[in-house]
Amino acid sequence: MKILIAIAVLGGMGLIFGLILAIASKVFYVKTDPRLEKLNECLPGANCGGCGFAGCGAYAQAVLDGKAPVGKCMAGGNECAAAMAQIMGVKAEKVNRRVALVRCAGYKGVDENGKITGAKMKGEYEGIQDCMAATKVAGRGPLICKFGCLGFGNCTKACKYGAIHVVDGVAKVDEEKCVGCMQCAQACPRNLIVPVEYGRHVVIACASKAKGAVTIRGCTAGCVGCGLCEKICPHDAIHVEQNLAYIDYDKCTSCGLCATVCPKHLIADSEQVEKMAQEDR
Amino acid sequence: MSAAVQSLLGILLSAILTENFILVKFYGICPFMGVSKKTDTALGMGMAVTFVMAIASAACWAVNELILIPLELQYMQTVAFILVIASIVQVVEMFLKKTVPALYQALGVYLPLITTNCAVLGVALVNVQKGYNFFLSVLNGAAGGLGFTLAIVLFASIRERLDDEDCPESFKGFPIALIAAGLLALAFMGFSGLKIS
Repeated sequence: MKILIAIAVLGGMGLIFGLILAIASKVFYVKTDPRLEKLNECLPGANCGGCGFAGCGAYAQAVLDGKAPVGKCMAGGNECAAAMAQIMGVKAEKVNRRVALVRCAGYKGVDENGKITGAKMKGEYEGIQDCMAATKVAGRGPLICKFGCLGFGNCTKACKYGAIHVVDGVAKVDEEKCVGCMQCAQACPRNLIVPVEYGRHVVIACASKAKGAVTIRGCTAGCVGCGLCEKICPHDAIHVEQNLAYIDYDKCTSCGLCATVCPKHLIADSEQVEKMAQEDR
Repeated sequence: MSAAVQSLLGILLSAILTENFILVKFYGICPFMGVSKKTDTALGMGMAVTFVMAIASAACWAVNELILIPLELQYMQTVAFILVIASIVQVVEMFLKKTVPALYQALGVYLPLITTNCAVLGVALVNVQKGYNFFLSVLNGAAGGLGFTLAIVLFASIRERLDDEDCPESFKGFPIALIAAGLLALAFMGFSGLKIS
């Protein structure tokens, strides 16, 4: 008899809770737009945050709510924008593919005579192997240059696509893998990483705003602000401000004249910089 | 201090520190290890557990007093409580999704994870063992949840710092986290002498 009561009580409780759940699922039913799922399927699902939202799901929701345009997804590119536009019934705008650029060419190397080339160090750093931690030590880190890449790879850790790696002590972007989400830029304590149009071959790989003599003391590969590029540019597209050259991409035609006169071989795409610098070493 | 206040303080203190559910009683270890990689997610998990523990304490007290004891079915407490807790978490999740979307956004992902968390079942059983009344049960549940939050947030911040530390290859990740958890538990043992008298 007792066992029957036990079975009845537990069975009854289960039944009641089951009923309550069934009723609750009807009462508290939240309508979700079927388009939301389709939008989510279009997105790459990497949750890189390059669109400015918390993740792919949040971006899809924002698109659905009309709070964000389609085509904000750098990782998905034109394909993704077109698919999303079709779902939402709007016209897709072209996504200009952009990639990250590390504005530092300060490799840490030694030439055949034992002389240090590239960026010079103040001393040995044995603290936490992390860019943010290294900038917090006295004197703003182990590099003499106060602007250069420290090379502990916070950007590498932040990159979800394996597109940025530290080579010879300076971060390098693999433009083919980079989707331009710019998570690396947020991870860089020195704000070295900026977006640049994919395939843009005229870029300045230095961020040193120090005076020329100071820059030279810290690095053989830094921009000294000599202004040769500014003088030779036929399109008025390159200017030296605060001892550092900047390119105005609205005017630049990628003719590459400035690259030929730069005494530090800073201007040009990263591969060319590497090649010229090697010839110089 | 009056006796009532004293016993309330005693319950609070023992649930949060001396009888901490994770670090002293070793309940709810799975979320403790699983959701403690980042401080903010750990905090979210802690808040969700606190919420569920308080509600589960109330519901389990009611089921125990109104159904199990009158029918002399106390030996079925464990099974019945699991049933109650699982249903409650489901209903709460649905309720939050509909009525308080903001809270659902904050706790939503963690709620299904707690359905079978042993800390929640543990608090219900402890309430019965100690013979707490309704109010004290809910208080014990909420305080136990706060203790859980304290432990998991402390542990998450330790793990965040561990990630930056130079640690031997073979200890990286989980092994060092387990060692850290053990040391933290040892530290909490130090509270065991604490008594309100």
